Amino acid sequence: MRVTFTVNGRPQEADDVWEGESLLYVLRERMGLPGSKNACEQGECGSCTVRLDGVPVCSCLVAAGQCQDREIVTVEGLAEHAKARTCGTGACGSAKGTGLDEAQQWQARPTDESVELSPIQQAFIDAGAVQCGFCTPGLLVAADELLERNAEPTDADIREALSGNLCRCTGYEKILDAVRLAAVRQEA
Amino acid sequence: MDFLRPASWEEALAAKAEHPTAVPIAGGTDIMVEINFDQRRPDVLLDLNRIGELQEWETGEETVRLGASVPYTRIMENLRAELPGLALASHTVASPQIRNRGGVGGNLGTASPAGDAHPALLAAGAVVEVASVRGTRLIPIDDFYTGVKRNALAPDELIRAVHIKKADGPQQFSKVGTRNAMVIAVCAFGLALHPETRTVRTGIGSAAPTPVRARPAEEFLAAALDEGGFWDNGKLIPPAVARQFAELVSGSASPIDDVRGSASYRRHALGVMARRTLGWTWDEYRGNERTIRCA
Ligand SMILES: Cc1cc2nc3c(=O)[nH]c(=O)nc-3n(C[C@H](O)[C@H](O)[C@H](O)COP(=O)(O)OP(=O)(O)OC[C@H]3O[C@@H](n4cnc5c(N)ncnc54)[C@H](O)[C@@H]3O)c2cc1C
Ligand code: FES
Ligand code: FES
Repeated sequence: MRVTFTVNGRPQEADDVWEGESLLYVLRERMGLPGSKNACEQGECGSCTVRLDGVPVCSCLVAAGQCQDREIVTVEGLAEHAKARTCGTGACGSAKGTGLDEAQQWQARPTDESVELSPIQQAFIDAGAVQCGFCTPGLLVAADELLERNAEPTDADIREALSGNLCRCTGYEKILDAVRLAAVRQEA
Repeated sequence: MDFLRPASWEEALAAKAEHPTAVPIAGGTDIMVEINFDQRRPDVLLDLNRIGELQEWETGEETVRLGASVPYTRIMENLRAELPGLALASHTVASPQIRNRGGVGGNLGTASPAGDAHPALLAAGAVVEVASVRGTRLIPIDDFYTGVKRNALAPDELIRAVHIKKADGPQQFSKVGTRNAMVIAVCAFGLALHPETRTVRTGIGSAAPTPVRARPAEEFLAAALDEGGFWDNGKLIPPAVARQFAELVSGSASPIDDVRGSASYRRHALGVMARRTLGWTWDEYRGNERTIRCA
Protein backbone atom coordinates (compact mmCIF):
# COMPACT_ATOMS: atom_id res chain seq x y z
CA MET A 1 0.00 0.00 0.00
CA ARG A 2 1.14 3.56 -0.71
CA VAL A 3 0.84 6.23 1.99
CA THR A 4 1.03 9.92 1.11
CA PHE A 5 1.39 12.35 3.97
CA THR A 6 3.25 15.42 5.18
CA VAL A 7 6.28 14.95 7.37
CA ASN A 8 7.93 18.00 8.93
CA GLY A 9 6.27 20.28 6.42
CA ARG A 10 7.21 18.27 3.33
CA PRO A 11 4.91 16.06 1.28
CA GLN A 12 6.16 12.47 1.41
CA GLU A 13 5.26 9.17 -0.12
CA ALA A 14 5.94 5.74 1.28
CA ASP A 15 5.56 2.73 -1.00
CA ASP A 16 5.06 -0.96 -0.28
CA VAL A 17 3.87 -0.22 3.24
CA TRP A 18 2.50 -3.32 4.92
CA GLU A 19 -1.08 -2.74 6.07
CA GLY A 20 -0.31 -3.52 9.70
CA GLU A 21 2.78 -1.34 9.77
CA SER A 22 3.08 1.42 12.36
CA LEU A 23 3.82 5.05 11.63
CA LEU A 24 6.97 4.63 13.73
CA TYR A 25 8.27 1.90 11.43
CA VAL A 26 7.57 3.98 8.34
CA LEU A 27 9.37 7.00 9.79
CA ARG A 28 12.42 5.05 10.91
CA GLU A 29 12.79 2.41 8.24
CA ARG A 30 11.27 4.01 5.13
CA MET A 31 11.76 7.76 5.61
CA GLY A 32 15.21 7.52 7.18
CA LEU A 33 14.07 9.51 10.20
CA PRO A 34 15.44 7.59 13.19
CA GLY A 35 14.86 10.40 15.68
CA SER A 36 11.65 8.84 16.98
CA LYS A 37 12.80 5.90 19.04
CA ASN A 38 11.45 2.39 19.24
CA ALA A 39 11.68 1.03 22.75
CA CYS A 40 8.51 -0.82 23.63
CA GLU A 41 6.12 -0.78 20.66
CA GLN A 42 3.24 -0.85 23.10
CA GLY A 43 2.60 2.74 24.09
CA GLU A 44 4.29 2.45 27.47
CA CYS A 45 7.43 4.55 27.04
CA GLY A 46 6.61 7.55 24.84
CA SER A 47 10.01 7.51 23.12
CA CYS A 48 8.21 7.35 19.75
CA THR A 49 6.08 10.46 20.41
CA VAL A 50 5.30 12.57 17.34
CA ARG A 51 2.63 15.14 16.49
CA LEU A 52 -0.23 13.87 14.30
CA ASP A 53 -2.17 16.87 13.01
CA GLY A 54 -0.70 18.73 15.96
CA VAL A 55 -1.64 16.15 18.59
CA PRO A 56 1.06 14.22 20.49
CA VAL A 57 0.66 10.48 19.93
CA CYS A 58 2.69 7.31 20.22
CA SER A 59 3.68 6.66 16.61
CA CYS A 60 4.11 2.96 17.41
CA LEU A 61 0.32 2.73 17.91
CA VAL A 62 -0.78 4.61 14.80
CA ALA A 63 -1.25 2.45 11.71
CA ALA A 64 0.64 4.03 8.82
CA GLY A 65 -2.49 3.91 6.67
CA GLN A 66 -4.27 6.11 9.20
CA CYS A 67 -1.79 8.92 8.34
CA GLN A 68 -2.88 9.27 4.72
CA ASP A 69 -3.18 13.02 3.91
CA ARG A 70 -2.27 13.97 7.47
CA GLU A 71 0.54 16.00 8.98
CA ILE A 72 3.34 14.59 11.10
CA VAL A 73 6.00 16.48 13.02
CA THR A 74 8.91 14.48 14.39
CA VAL A 75 11.83 15.56 16.55
CA GLU A 76 13.80 16.17 13.33
CA GLY A 77 11.30 18.90 12.42
CA LEU A 78 10.98 20.38 15.89
CA ALA A 79 13.32 23.34 15.33
CA GLU A 80 11.44 24.40 12.20
CA HIS A 81 8.11 23.79 13.89
CA ALA A 82 9.06 25.98 16.86
CA LYS A 83 10.44 28.65 14.55
CA ALA A 84 7.27 28.75 12.47
CA ARG A 85 5.33 29.12 15.69
CA THR A 86 7.29 32.14 16.94
CA CYS A 87 7.07 33.68 13.50
CA GLY A 88 3.29 33.45 13.83
CA THR A 89 2.33 33.05 10.19
CA GLY A 90 5.35 30.94 9.48
CA ALA A 91 6.23 33.49 6.81
CA CYS A 92 9.64 34.31 8.20
CA GLY A 93 12.72 32.17 7.88
CA SER A 94 12.51 29.00 5.85
CA ALA A 95 9.14 27.78 7.00
CA LYS A 96 9.05 25.05 4.39
CA GLY A 97 10.13 22.55 6.97
CA THR A 98 13.12 20.31 7.22
CA GLY A 99 13.73 18.50 3.99
CA LEU A 100 14.04 14.74 4.07
CA ASP A 101 17.59 14.90 2.74
CA GLU A 102 18.50 17.45 5.35
CA ALA A 103 16.82 15.44 8.09
CA GLN A 104 18.59 12.26 7.07
CA GLN A 105 21.88 14.07 7.52
CA TRP A 106 20.82 15.16 10.97
CA GLN A 107 23.20 14.28 13.75
CA ALA A 108 23.28 15.13 17.39
CA ARG A 109 25.92 17.80 17.71
CA PRO A 110 24.71 19.69 20.72
CA THR A 111 27.79 21.81 21.18
CA ASP A 112 28.07 22.86 17.55
CA GLU A 113 26.76 26.42 17.42
CA SER A 114 25.91 26.12 13.74
CA VAL A 115 23.16 23.57 14.35
CA GLU A 116 19.87 25.26 14.85
CA LEU A 117 17.87 23.88 17.76
CA SER A 118 14.42 24.60 19.08
CA PRO A 119 14.25 26.39 22.44
CA ILE A 120 13.21 23.16 24.18
CA GLN A 121 16.17 21.27 22.70
CA GLN A 122 18.57 24.00 23.82
CA ALA A 123 16.99 23.98 27.28
CA PHE A 124 17.45 20.20 27.59
CA ILE A 125 21.16 20.62 26.82
CA ASP A 126 21.61 23.59 29.12
CA ALA A 127 19.81 21.91 32.01
CA GLY A 128 21.73 18.66 31.63
CA ALA A 129 18.51 16.75 30.95
CA VAL A 130 20.10 14.36 28.46
CA GLN A 131 22.05 11.31 29.56
CA CYS A 132 21.84 8.29 27.25
CA GLY A 133 19.41 10.30 25.17
CA PHE A 134 17.09 7.49 24.19
CA CYS A 135 14.04 9.05 25.80
CA THR A 136 14.94 12.57 24.68
CA PRO A 137 13.22 12.84 21.27
CA GLY A 138 9.85 11.78 22.68
CA LEU A 139 10.20 14.07 25.68
CA LEU A 140 11.14 17.00 23.43
CA VAL A 141 8.07 16.57 21.27
CA ALA A 142 5.80 16.22 24.30
CA ALA A 143 7.38 19.15 26.18
CA ASP A 144 7.30 21.41 23.11
CA GLU A 145 3.60 20.74 22.69
CA LEU A 146 2.98 21.56 26.35
CA LEU A 147 4.73 24.94 26.01
CA GLU A 148 2.82 25.64 22.81
CA ARG A 149 -0.50 25.18 24.58
CA ASN A 150 0.45 26.41 28.04
CA ALA A 151 3.06 29.16 28.25
CA GLU A 152 3.21 29.11 32.05
CA PRO A 153 2.92 25.50 33.12
CA THR A 154 2.87 24.61 36.79
CA ASP A 155 5.00 21.71 38.00
CA ALA A 156 1.84 19.62 38.06
CA ASP A 157 1.13 20.56 34.42
CA ILE A 158 4.66 19.52 33.43
CA ARG A 159 4.46 16.23 35.28
CA GLU A 160 1.11 15.45 33.71
CA ALA A 161 2.23 16.37 30.19
CA LEU A 162 5.32 14.16 30.49
CA SER A 163 3.63 11.30 32.34
CA GLY A 164 3.61 9.17 29.18
CA ASN A 165 7.38 9.40 28.70
CA LEU A 166 9.76 7.15 30.57
CA CYS A 167 13.38 8.01 31.29
CA ARG A 168 15.62 5.40 32.90
CA CYS A 169 18.65 7.66 33.42
CA THR A 170 17.98 11.13 34.71
CA GLY A 171 15.52 10.69 37.54
CA TYR A 172 13.42 13.38 35.79
CA GLU A 173 14.54 16.32 37.92
CA LYS A 174 16.77 17.78 35.20
CA ILE A 175 14.02 17.20 32.67
CA LEU A 176 11.62 19.26 34.78
CA ASP A 177 14.36 21.91 35.05
CA ALA A 178 14.69 21.96 31.27
CA VAL A 179 10.99 22.53 30.72
CA ARG A 180 10.91 25.28 33.33
CA LEU A 181 13.96 26.86 31.68
CA ALA A 182 12.34 26.79 28.24
CA ALA A 183 9.17 28.30 29.70
CA VAL A 184 11.08 31.15 31.33
CA ARG A 185 13.10 31.84 28.15
CA GLN A 186 9.90 31.78 26.11
CA GLU A 187 8.47 34.47 28.37
CA ALA A 188 11.51 36.72 28.03
CA MET B 1 -3.96 -7.88 4.79
CA ASP B 2 -6.32 -5.24 3.45
CA PHE B 3 -6.62 -1.71 4.76
CA LEU B 4 -10.03 -0.14 4.20
CA ARG B 5 -10.50 3.58 4.71
CA PRO B 6 -14.21 4.41 4.47
CA ALA B 7 -14.87 8.15 4.18
CA SER B 8 -18.37 8.00 5.66
CA TRP B 9 -20.37 6.06 8.22
CA GLU B 10 -22.52 4.48 5.49
CA GLU B 11 -19.39 3.30 3.69
CA ALA B 12 -18.02 1.88 6.93
CA LEU B 13 -21.21 -0.10 7.58
CA ALA B 14 -21.21 -1.38 4.00
CA ALA B 15 -17.57 -2.43 4.35
CA LYS B 16 -18.26 -4.22 7.64
CA ALA B 17 -21.22 -6.03 6.06
CA GLU B 18 -19.07 -7.13 3.17
CA HIS B 19 -16.12 -8.13 5.39
CA PRO B 20 -17.58 -9.28 8.73
CA THR B 21 -14.13 -10.37 9.93
CA ALA B 22 -12.67 -6.90 9.32
CA VAL B 23 -11.21 -5.45 12.51
CA PRO B 24 -12.11 -1.80 13.09
CA ILE B 25 -9.23 0.44 14.14
CA ALA B 26 -9.99 3.73 15.87
CA GLY B 27 -7.23 5.07 18.15
CA GLY B 28 -5.32 1.84 17.64
CA THR B 29 -4.13 1.80 21.25
CA ASP B 30 -5.38 -1.74 21.81
CA ILE B 31 -5.25 -3.20 18.33
CA MET B 32 -1.80 -1.93 17.31
CA VAL B 33 -0.20 -3.48 20.38
CA GLU B 34 -1.60 -6.84 19.30
CA ILE B 35 -0.38 -6.36 15.73
CA ASN B 36 3.08 -5.13 16.79
CA PHE B 37 3.48 -8.20 18.98
CA ASP B 38 2.18 -10.61 16.39
CA GLN B 39 -0.70 -11.66 18.60
CA ARG B 40 -3.20 -10.84 15.91
CA ARG B 41 -3.14 -10.75 12.13
CA PRO B 42 -6.51 -9.45 10.93
CA ASP B 43 -7.17 -10.13 7.25
CA VAL B 44 -8.77 -6.70 6.97
CA LEU B 45 -8.25 -3.51 9.00
CA LEU B 46 -11.13 -1.02 8.86
CA ASP B 47 -9.88 2.48 9.65
CA LEU B 48 -12.51 4.65 11.33
CA ASN B 49 -10.39 7.83 11.57
CA ARG B 50 -11.87 9.50 8.52
CA ILE B 51 -15.42 9.39 9.86
CA GLY B 52 -15.80 12.80 11.43
CA GLU B 53 -19.06 12.19 13.27
CA LEU B 54 -17.48 9.44 15.38
CA GLN B 55 -15.25 12.14 16.90
CA GLU B 56 -18.18 14.40 17.80
CA TRP B 57 -20.69 14.54 20.61
CA GLU B 58 -24.11 16.11 20.97
CA THR B 59 -25.41 17.39 24.27
CA GLY B 60 -29.21 17.10 24.41
CA GLU B 61 -31.72 18.02 27.10
CA GLU B 62 -31.14 14.88 29.11
CA THR B 63 -28.37 12.89 27.51
CA VAL B 64 -25.04 13.22 25.81
CA ARG B 65 -24.61 11.22 22.62
CA LEU B 66 -20.89 10.55 22.65
CA GLY B 67 -19.35 9.51 19.32
CA ALA B 68 -17.47 6.21 19.57
CA SER B 69 -14.08 7.75 18.75
CA VAL B 70 -14.17 10.91 20.87
CA PRO B 71 -10.72 10.76 22.50
CA TYR B 72 -10.50 10.61 26.29
CA THR B 73 -8.73 13.99 26.26
CA ARG B 74 -11.84 15.64 24.76
CA ILE B 75 -14.10 13.98 27.34
CA MET B 76 -11.92 15.26 30.21
CA GLU B 77 -11.76 18.75 28.76
CA ASN B 78 -15.32 19.22 27.58
CA LEU B 79 -17.73 16.91 29.38
CA ARG B 80 -16.65 17.18 33.00
CA ALA B 81 -19.95 18.79 34.08
CA GLU B 82 -22.27 16.51 32.11
CA LEU B 83 -20.40 13.23 32.58
CA PRO B 84 -18.30 13.61 35.73
CA GLY B 85 -17.81 9.88 36.33
CA LEU B 86 -16.64 9.18 32.80
CA ALA B 87 -14.44 12.30 32.77
CA LEU B 88 -12.71 11.16 35.98
CA ALA B 89 -12.26 7.64 34.62
CA SER B 90 -10.91 9.02 31.32
CA HIS B 91 -8.27 10.98 33.19
CA THR B 92 -6.89 7.78 34.73
CA VAL B 93 -6.37 6.06 31.37
CA ALA B 94 -2.71 5.56 30.48
CA SER B 95 -0.97 8.78 29.41
CA PRO B 96 -1.69 11.98 27.44
CA GLN B 97 -0.49 10.36 24.20
CA ILE B 98 -2.86 7.39 24.65
CA ARG B 99 -5.75 9.59 25.80
CA ASN B 100 -5.30 11.70 22.65
CA ARG B 101 -6.06 8.62 20.52
CA GLY B 102 -8.10 6.13 22.53
CA GLY B 103 -11.79 6.46 23.27
CA VAL B 104 -14.86 4.78 24.67
CA GLY B 105 -15.70 2.96 21.41
CA GLY B 106 -12.37 1.14 21.54
CA ASN B 107 -12.74 0.42 25.25
CA LEU B 108 -16.15 -1.14 24.55
CA GLY B 109 -14.79 -2.97 21.50
CA THR B 110 -12.05 -4.59 23.56
CA ALA B 111 -14.46 -5.08 26.49
CA SER B 112 -11.60 -5.88 28.86
CA PRO B 113 -12.76 -6.22 32.47
CA ALA B 114 -9.98 -3.70 33.24
CA GLY B 115 -11.25 -1.02 30.85
CA ASP B 116 -11.70 2.18 32.84
CA ALA B 117 -14.73 3.52 30.99
CA HIS B 118 -16.86 0.53 32.02
CA PRO B 119 -17.44 1.25 35.73
CA ALA B 120 -18.42 4.83 34.86
CA LEU B 121 -20.75 3.71 32.05
CA LEU B 122 -22.38 1.09 34.30
CA ALA B 123 -22.86 3.61 37.12
CA ALA B 124 -24.32 6.23 34.81
CA GLY B 125 -26.61 3.71 33.11
CA ALA B 126 -25.36 4.22 29.54
CA VAL B 127 -26.86 2.84 26.34
CA VAL B 128 -24.63 1.71 23.47
CA GLU B 129 -25.80 2.64 19.97
CA VAL B 130 -24.62 0.05 17.46
CA ALA B 131 -25.41 -0.06 13.77
CA SER B 132 -25.12 -2.23 10.69
CA VAL B 133 -26.58 -2.09 7.21
CA ARG B 134 -29.57 -3.90 8.79
CA GLY B 135 -30.32 -0.97 11.11
CA THR B 136 -29.58 0.47 14.53
CA ARG B 137 -29.78 -1.22 17.94
CA LEU B 138 -29.68 0.41 21.35
CA ILE B 139 -28.02 -1.95 23.84
CA PRO B 140 -28.31 -1.13 27.56
CA ILE B 141 -24.84 -1.22 29.10
CA ASP B 142 -26.01 -3.96 31.49
CA ASP B 143 -26.43 -6.28 28.49
CA PHE B 144 -23.32 -5.22 26.59
CA TYR B 145 -20.58 -7.26 28.29
CA THR B 146 -21.16 -10.92 27.52
CA GLY B 147 -17.92 -12.58 28.68
CA VAL B 148 -14.20 -12.10 29.12
CA LYS B 149 -13.33 -9.60 26.37
CA ARG B 150 -16.62 -10.35 24.63
CA ASN B 151 -19.44 -8.01 23.86
CA ALA B 152 -22.90 -8.03 22.32
CA LEU B 153 -21.83 -6.81 18.87
CA ALA B 154 -22.84 -8.90 15.85
CA PRO B 155 -20.08 -9.48 13.26
CA ASP B 156 -21.50 -6.86 10.88
CA GLU B 157 -22.06 -4.21 13.55
CA LEU B 158 -20.06 -1.15 14.55
CA ILE B 159 -20.41 1.08 17.60
CA ARG B 160 -21.71 4.48 16.55
CA ALA B 161 -22.07 6.23 19.91
CA VAL B 162 -22.81 5.89 23.59
CA HIS B 163 -25.82 7.65 25.08
CA ILE B 164 -25.18 8.74 28.64
CA LYS B 165 -27.65 10.59 30.85
CA LYS B 166 -26.31 13.92 32.02
CA ALA B 167 -25.43 13.60 35.70
CA ASP B 168 -28.36 14.42 37.98
CA GLY B 169 -26.15 14.05 41.03
CA PRO B 170 -22.55 13.52 42.15
CA GLN B 171 -20.45 10.79 40.51
CA GLN B 172 -17.07 9.39 41.43
CA PHE B 173 -14.47 7.00 40.02
CA SER B 174 -11.65 5.37 41.90
CA LYS B 175 -8.89 3.07 40.71
CA VAL B 176 -6.11 1.16 42.44
CA GLY B 177 -2.76 0.78 40.71
CA THR B 178 0.94 0.98 41.38
CA ARG B 179 1.33 4.56 40.23
CA ASN B 180 -0.65 7.49 38.86
CA ALA B 181 0.07 7.23 35.15
CA MET B 182 0.12 4.34 32.74
CA VAL B 183 -1.49 1.82 34.97
CA ILE B 184 -3.95 -0.96 34.29
CA ALA B 185 -6.39 -1.09 37.17
CA VAL B 186 -5.78 -3.68 39.87
CA CYS B 187 -9.42 -2.93 40.48
CA ALA B 188 -11.67 0.08 39.98
CA PHE B 189 -15.00 1.36 41.21
CA GLY B 190 -17.51 3.87 39.89
CA LEU B 191 -20.44 5.31 41.84
CA ALA B 192 -23.26 7.58 40.69
CA LEU B 193 -25.97 9.05 42.88
CA HIS B 194 -29.24 9.64 41.04
CA PRO B 195 -31.26 11.98 43.27
CA GLU B 196 -34.01 12.36 40.66
CA THR B 197 -34.95 8.70 40.93
CA ARG B 198 -33.50 8.34 44.41
CA THR B 199 -31.33 5.47 43.24
CA VAL B 200 -27.63 4.77 43.20
CA ARG B 201 -25.70 2.82 40.59
CA THR B 202 -22.25 1.27 40.71
CA GLY B 203 -19.65 -0.26 38.44
CA ILE B 204 -16.79 -2.60 39.31
CA GLY B 205 -13.72 -3.01 37.09
CA SER B 206 -10.99 -5.68 37.05
CA ALA B 207 -12.64 -7.86 39.68
CA ALA B 208 -14.86 -10.23 37.69
CA PRO B 209 -14.80 -11.81 34.20
CA THR B 210 -16.66 -8.75 32.91
CA PRO B 211 -17.30 -5.27 34.26
CA VAL B 212 -20.23 -5.68 36.68
CA ARG B 213 -22.56 -3.72 38.90
CA ALA B 214 -22.86 -4.35 42.63
CA ARG B 215 -26.64 -4.64 42.61
CA PRO B 216 -27.15 -5.84 46.19
CA ALA B 217 -25.09 -2.87 47.38
CA GLU B 218 -27.11 -0.47 45.22
CA GLU B 219 -30.40 -1.82 46.52
CA PHE B 220 -29.28 -1.78 50.11
CA LEU B 221 -28.02 1.81 49.92
CA ALA B 222 -31.09 3.11 48.08
CA ALA B 223 -33.34 1.55 50.73
CA ALA B 224 -31.22 2.87 53.61
CA LEU B 225 -31.17 6.40 52.18
CA ASP B 226 -34.92 6.27 51.63
CA GLU B 227 -35.78 4.92 55.07
CA GLY B 228 -33.65 7.49 56.86
CA GLY B 229 -35.07 10.33 54.75
CA PHE B 230 -31.46 11.13 53.83
CA TRP B 231 -32.24 12.47 50.34
CA ASP B 232 -34.36 15.18 52.02
CA ASN B 233 -32.61 15.83 55.31
CA GLY B 234 -29.10 15.58 53.80
CA LYS B 235 -27.78 14.12 57.05
CA LEU B 236 -24.46 12.31 57.27
CA ILE B 237 -24.67 8.66 56.31
CA PRO B 238 -24.16 6.53 59.45
CA PRO B 239 -20.88 4.59 59.43
CA ALA B 240 -22.75 1.30 59.78
CA VAL B 241 -24.59 1.97 56.50
CA ALA B 242 -21.35 2.89 54.72
CA ARG B 243 -19.69 -0.25 56.10
CA GLN B 244 -22.52 -2.50 54.97
CA PHE B 245 -22.48 -0.86 51.51
CA ALA B 246 -18.73 -1.49 51.27
CA GLU B 247 -19.13 -5.12 52.27
CA LEU B 248 -21.86 -5.68 49.72
CA VAL B 249 -19.69 -4.12 46.98
CA SER B 250 -16.80 -6.45 47.91
CA GLY B 251 -19.17 -9.38 47.89
CA SER B 252 -20.48 -8.55 44.41
CA ALA B 253 -17.06 -9.05 42.84
CA SER B 254 -15.62 -12.39 41.79
CA PRO B 255 -11.94 -11.52 41.50
CA ILE B 256 -9.03 -13.81 40.71
CA ASP B 257 -5.39 -13.89 41.77
CA ASP B 258 -3.14 -12.61 39.01
CA VAL B 259 0.11 -10.69 38.50
CA ARG B 260 -1.52 -7.39 39.38
CA GLY B 261 -3.06 -8.44 42.67
CA SER B 262 -4.64 -11.21 44.69
CA ALA B 263 -8.37 -11.86 44.87
CA SER B 264 -8.50 -11.02 48.56
CA TYR B 265 -6.62 -7.75 48.05
CA ARG B 266 -9.05 -6.80 45.30
CA ARG B 267 -12.04 -7.49 47.54
CA HIS B 268 -10.49 -5.44 50.30
CA ALA B 269 -9.61 -2.53 47.99
CA LEU B 270 -13.10 -2.51 46.49
CA GLY B 271 -14.60 -2.10 49.94
CA VAL B 272 -12.28 0.79 50.69
CA MET B 273 -13.07 2.48 47.36
CA ALA B 274 -16.80 1.95 47.87
CA ARG B 275 -16.69 3.61 51.28
CA ARG B 276 -14.55 6.51 50.07
CA THR B 277 -16.53 7.24 46.92
CA LEU B 278 -19.74 7.12 48.94
CA GLY B 279 -18.26 9.67 51.34
CA TRP B 280 -17.11 11.98 48.52
CA THR B 281 -20.37 11.83 46.57
CA TRP B 282 -22.54 12.23 49.65
CA ASP B 283 -20.52 15.23 50.84
CA GLU B 284 -21.03 16.80 47.43
CA TYR B 285 -24.74 16.02 47.51
CA ARG B 286 -25.15 17.53 50.98
CA GLY B 287 -23.18 20.59 49.88
CA ASN B 288 -25.48 21.11 46.93
CA GLU B 289 -28.58 20.54 49.02
CA ARG B 290 -27.44 23.12 51.53
CA THR B 291 -26.76 25.74 48.86
CA ILE B 292 -30.15 25.08 47.30
CA ARG B 293 -31.91 25.37 50.64
CA CYS B 294 -30.06 28.56 51.57
CA ALA B 295 -30.83 30.19 48.23
C1 LIG C 1 0.24 1.84 27.27
C2 LIG C 1 -1.23 1.62 27.35
C3 LIG C 1 -1.91 1.89 28.51
C4 LIG C 1 -3.29 1.70 28.59
N1 LIG C 1 -3.91 2.00 29.76
C5 LIG C 1 -5.24 1.87 29.84
C6 LIG C 1 -5.91 2.25 31.04
O1 LIG C 1 -5.31 2.74 31.99
N2 LIG C 1 -7.26 2.09 31.09
C7 LIG C 1 -7.94 1.58 30.02
O2 LIG C 1 -9.16 1.46 30.11
N3 LIG C 1 -7.33 1.22 28.87
C8 LIG C 1 -6.01 1.36 28.76
N4 LIG C 1 -5.37 1.01 27.60
C9 LIG C 1 -6.15 0.38 26.53
C10 LIG C 1 -6.71 1.30 25.45
O3 LIG C 1 -6.03 2.54 25.42
C11 LIG C 1 -8.20 1.57 25.66
O4 LIG C 1 -8.91 0.36 25.69
C12 LIG C 1 -8.80 2.48 24.59
O5 LIG C 1 -10.09 2.88 25.00
C13 LIG C 1 -8.93 1.83 23.23
O6 LIG C 1 -9.47 2.75 22.32
P1 LIG C 1 -8.92 2.84 20.81
O7 LIG C 1 -9.77 3.80 20.08
O8 LIG C 1 -7.48 3.11 20.81
O9 LIG C 1 -9.19 1.35 20.35
P2 LIG C 1 -8.64 0.42 19.11
O10 LIG C 1 -7.34 -0.13 19.48
O11 LIG C 1 -8.71 1.26 17.86
O12 LIG C 1 -9.76 -0.62 19.12
C14 LIG C 1 -9.96 -1.49 20.23
C15 LIG C 1 -10.99 -2.56 19.88
O13 LIG C 1 -12.26 -1.99 19.68
C16 LIG C 1 -12.73 -2.21 18.38
N5 LIG C 1 -13.39 -0.98 17.95
C17 LIG C 1 -12.90 0.30 18.00
N6 LIG C 1 -13.84 1.18 17.59
C18 LIG C 1 -14.94 0.46 17.28
C19 LIG C 1 -16.25 0.81 16.81
N7 LIG C 1 -16.61 2.08 16.57
N8 LIG C 1 -17.14 -0.19 16.61
C20 LIG C 1 -16.79 -1.48 16.86
N9 LIG C 1 -15.59 -1.87 17.31
C21 LIG C 1 -14.67 -0.91 17.53
C22 LIG C 1 -11.49 -2.58 17.56
O14 LIG C 1 -11.79 -3.41 16.49
C23 LIG C 1 -10.66 -3.30 18.60
O15 LIG C 1 -11.08 -4.62 18.74
C24 LIG C 1 -4.00 1.21 27.48
C25 LIG C 1 -3.32 0.95 26.28
C26 LIG C 1 -1.95 1.16 26.20
C27 LIG C 1 -1.25 0.91 24.92
S1 FES D 1 7.88 2.75 21.38
FE1 FES D 1 5.98 3.76 21.25
S2 FES D 1 5.52 4.12 23.31
FE2 FES D 1 7.31 2.94 23.48
S1 FES E 1 18.36 9.92 29.25
FE1 FES E 1 18.53 7.76 29.17
S2 FES E 1 16.45 7.12 29.20
FE2 FES E 1 16.30 9.23 29.53
